Amino acid sequence: MRRFRHWGPGLILLGPSLILLAIFVYGLIAWTIKVSVSDEHTALGSKGFVGLDNYTYLFTEDINDRFLHSLKNLLIFTVVFIAGAMLLGLLWAYLLERGVRGEGLFRTVYLFPMAVSFIASGVVWRWLMNPNQGENAGGLNAVFGGLHLDFLQNPWWTDPDWGMAAMAVPAVWQLSGYVMALFLAGFRGISAELREAAAMDGASTYRLYRNVIFPQLTPVALSALIILGHMSMKMFDLIMSVSGPQWLTEVPAVYVWQALLTSDYAKAAAISVVLLLLVAVVIVPYLVWTQRTEKTR
Amino acid sequence: MGVDMRFTRRAALAVVGVATLLATSACGSDDDGGAGSTQVEVFTWWADGGEKAGLDGLVGQFTTACTGQTFVNGAVAGGAGANAKQVLASRLQQGDPPDTFQAHAGAELIDYINAGQVEDLSADYDSWGLKQAFPPGLIDNLTVDGKIYSVPANIHRANVVWTNKKVLADAGITATPADLAGFFADLDKVKAEGIAAPLAIGKDWTQLMLFESVLITDLGPEKFTGLWNGATDWNDPGVTTAINDFKRLLTYTNTDRDALDWTDAEKLVMDGKAAYQLMGDWEAADLDAKGFKDYGWFTFPGNGTTFQWLADSFVLPQGAKNPDGTKCWLKTVGSAEGQKAFNTTKGSIPARTDAVPGDYPEYQQAAMADWKSATQVPSCAHGSACSQGWQGAANSALGAFSTGQDVAGLQKALAAAAKQFAGK
Repeated sequence: MRRFRHWGPGLILLGPSLILLAIFVYGLIAWTIKVSVSDEHTALGSKGFVGLDNYTYLFTEDINDRFLHSLKNLLIFTVVFIAGAMLLGLLWAYLLERGVRGEGLFRTVYLFPMAVSFIASGVVWRWLMNPNQGENAGGLNAVFGGLHLDFLQNPWWTDPDWGMAAMAVPAVWQLSGYVMALFLAGFRGISAELREAAAMDGASTYRLYRNVIFPQLTPVALSALIILGHMSMKMFDLIMSVSGPQWLTEVPAVYVWQALLTSDYAKAAAISVVLLLLVAVVIVPYLVWTQRTEKTR
Repeated sequence: MGVDMRFTRRAALAVVGVATLLATSACGSDDDGGAGSTQVEVFTWWADGGEKAGLDGLVGQFTTACTGQTFVNGAVAGGAGANAKQVLASRLQQGDPPDTFQAHAGAELIDYINAGQVEDLSADYDSWGLKQAFPPGLIDNLTVDGKIYSVPANIHRANVVWTNKKVLADAGITATPADLAGFFADLDKVKAEGIAAPLAIGKDWTQLMLFESVLITDLGPEKFTGLWNGATDWNDPGVTTAINDFKRLLTYTNTDRDALDWTDAEKLVMDGKAAYQLMGDWEAADLDAKGFKDYGWFTFPGNGTTFQWLADSFVLPQGAKNPDGTKCWLKTVGSAEGQKAFNTTKGSIPARTDAVPGDYPEYQQAAMADWKSATQVPSCAHGSACSQGWQGAANSALGAFSTGQDVAGLQKALAAAAKQFAGK
């Protein structure tokens, strides 16, 4: 009884959320996996278990390699998005950390795009990234044309090879400020003594950042990578509002939606599970790492 | 004592927490069933524009013809029913169907028929005299294993080319092209006038519509219909010819096609930046509504008298709460008065052949005359020829072709789609 008094109240308090998690997160993941190994390809329902057929179909037999194409799109998007947001965020944080006038204003300006939903910014960027060039140019291409920088005009997201890089631009614009805020907090968390000690040892500014400050930002950078990484994997709303669902810009999350619209539940579930595994590849090592570092503390 | 006190307070908090959660979850599951209902919930995606006006006309007719029944509007807004279809699918899965819902007539219904979600209406067709009122070609297309499951409210035509008369006059084009060769010659003439992209087009499904029209020209109506029912092989050399013709047509189109919807392409024609656009005949109503008068139209070159149709129809779902009310709604939809009330405002033509042309605008009169005499073929882009899964695969294949231009690849993809979805 005494021991129950020790951990009982906590358990009771956590109970409801644990039960809800068990049902609505883990229970539904299990259900999705069950559907993904069934042959529920129409509204008729499942006739039986087909093992991993749905998965091998996605990777080997999908018409026009549609699934592999969506993975390729996702890869390009993710690389450009993460690299762009990390570099810009770090640059802005560095500039602000060096001390500029009106830091508060710049911080707000850079952070603000994050407050806009992907759907809303997607509608604006759809117009900005109008693929017309020359006489009919609109959006950014028209701006380039007006500035006599015609060589900068490009087809944006309609380019068959690198269109997804353009699709990542709005995402970079939205999330760079957030990354900046993370890094800025990181910079501010480094104690002044360390900087002074480095200065006493005669370290140059380059040495100070290279050997003293940046190493201490690793946990912040890792957190930012994880947050951007899992957002990127699940990207859906931005693409739906910029291009709509179509071959050119299809990523797995959009493909899931398309499969659901045609009542192909097994295929949609299989893609969802692949997506979950992709996110897990990013998240799980991070969780293991944080648990280890917390233990050693 | 102090410890106990804390414990009870914590416990009380937990109990309150659980109770709140349970209460909220219970709230979500109530529902207004009501046996012996006199309400008819009509589920559509006609939420605004000419479509809403057409629905209102139909409702007016329903109120007079079916006394004692109340119309309940179950419309879910969203282009081409993208949102509505999701809502409908989940309601059907949960066994909570609306009293009737909108669906494209033809192959798109097969998903619902196979799932046992809609009821056979053959007996009602006889008692309402619809088998005589609708043309035999339509009846054939509606019939699945000897049974009919839906009542079409209207007919649209898909294989129509819309033109900007002024642009054509500037290019010195006076006659309608009789075949594809003539069409290419005319496209070259417009191009010579400095219009880089004379044929306006939009994203995947509009490209599928154009491609289907080319298929009708190169294969003829019978072999074209065979593509969808299994009688014609997609590896047929005629299909290869059609893909090559389609590829050549794409060279006359705007390069930003994948970024445009059909209304954006329509605007290119209205602005004189393009001369032609292939689109269904809802474009006539839309051009009229936008106040653009200087437009012409012709059947896609080489299609002859083929009428590629699509139709919105209504069904009786399995387990509808008020089947009598639903049947009265369906009877109204199929009746001459109902079809007139609906179609004069929506911009489509009635499925019945006994309608009075004088009641309709100019384009619709021409289409009604064609509907009686023409060879009827279905459309995949609009669900009368193929199931939703097949349509999705075809749209994706056309989207890939728009960027890759791989003729053999498109034929292979379409053949694979047919193999996967035909007969399902």
